[in-house]
Amino acid sequence: MQWTADTVQTEVVQLLEPFNPKGIELTPETDLSADLYMDSVAAMNLVMEIEDRFEIDIPISLLPDVNSLQDLVDVVLAQLSKD
Amino acid sequence: MSLFDKYDQVAARHDRLVAAGRDPFNICMDRIVSATEAIVDGREVILVGTNNYLGLTFDQDCVDAAVAAVKREGTGTTGSRIANGTYSSHRALEQEIADFLGRRSALVFPTGYQANLGILAGLAGSKDVILLDADSHASIYDGCRLSGATLIRFRHNSPADLDKRLSRLKDKEGGKLVVVEGIYSMLGDQAPLDEFVDVKRRHGVELLVDEAHSLGVFGENGRGIAESAGVEEDVDYVVGTFSKSLGAVGGFGASDQPAFERLRYTSRPYMFTASSSPSSIATAMATLGKIKSGPHLRKQLWDNARMLYQGLTDLGFTICAETSPIVAVKMPGEAAAVFMWNALLEAGVYVNLALPPGTPDGSCLLRCSLSAAHTPAQVTKVCDVFDQCFQALRSWQDAQSAAE
Repeated sequence: MQWTADTVQTEVVQLLEPFNPKGIELTPETDLSADLYMDSVAAMNLVMEIEDRFEIDIPISLLPDVNSLQDLVDVVLAQLSKD
Repeated sequence: MSLFDKYDQVAARHDRLVAAGRDPFNICMDRIVSATEAIVDGREVILVGTNNYLGLTFDQDCVDAAVAAVKREGTGTTGSRIANGTYSSHRALEQEIADFLGRRSALVFPTGYQANLGILAGLAGSKDVILLDADSHASIYDGCRLSGATLIRFRHNSPADLDKRLSRLKDKEGGKLVVVEGIYSMLGDQAPLDEFVDVKRRHGVELLVDEAHSLGVFGENGRGIAESAGVEEDVDYVVGTFSKSLGAVGGFGASDQPAFERLRYTSRPYMFTASSSPSSIATAMATLGKIKSGPHLRKQLWDNARMLYQGLTDLGFTICAETSPIVAVKMPGEAAAVFMWNALLEAGVYVNLALPPGTPDGSCLLRCSLSAAHTPAQVTKVCDVFDQCFQALRSWQDAQSAAE
């Protein structure tokens, strides 16, 4: 499948929903820690779901720079472009 | 802005924990009475959360060996292994560990944490890939990070998930190292090593097994999960600790790789820290001798583990894994876990309180670990106290509901 920035964002939002029990509106600026109260382990588990969905690997070393939903989308796009 | 501001959220949570009773992460043993008893806040407490699996910390032979070493070699080495801190006793213990595990060589570290740091950071470099089980201990994560390698997590205890990720990496150059633990410390669940070995063979990668909680506990000779699974030849690197079944402080890495000795002059956590004190080395040597002397301590440990597992199951508690010397009781939430933990301590039973993110799947646990030194009467008392505290928890929860 040919992914675009829009379709990647739609998928990431969907994968993020289980981590959003309060159902806040997810925007590119949504902060995983401050807005969704995700801890480091939850963030790593989310990344595993994303890896499976897009069939990519996201090395753990990239995670400290991932704060917002947009950061996640950017990481996915960057990894997809490597394949 | 203070450097500590970033901890505000964590500190607020810590404050809430402490407000519910004691600080579960800062308990002080006023006096250690035996391998299974201590005085805490003036109260006699049965210790069921010390990882002292074989109960050897007060074994007279081992205590004598440690005392003799202090008298013979002094209180500390005041130096690193690459300077003045290698004594003949360090070398002798390394040889003893290598012989026990049937490996070509072994390296000793001052702690188990440093063993993972030193072995992982020594083995892997920036051009390599480490694939680690998602539920790995913090020391494994930290060692992996220190290595500079590309780190890929695979789903806990899932050889199929590892297989999938290795397939994706098939064209990537550099060495590939898979890291798993024999027994996972929080839940006490066991790695399916035979299946991991199958995946590792098919992909032609190397495998490291951390036997921290399984050494001296599993296997006919106490060599760990790799022995009990019959796959020792397929495990390339073994890491272990002295601070559990061996009743001392320290850790080791062992391997058959001819180049393994290169870590002595390339692994920074091995090179740039003071070497283990003579008493630690002598203790590990003596306790390893006890493990080699026969299975009686392991048998006693497993009898106790089965008794606690059965007792708590009969009382209706949910235990997270099959029977092992780690019996992790699942609690319905953080408030209940914290209440129970405080109540247990008040009633004379110390267990580990384990909370997310330090636990798998966000679970809140009362983690018990058995010892060969526990008596059946102590295990019975622990079950009774769990029952009594659970009744107290229910009353507390009812009162909370009524107040809302």
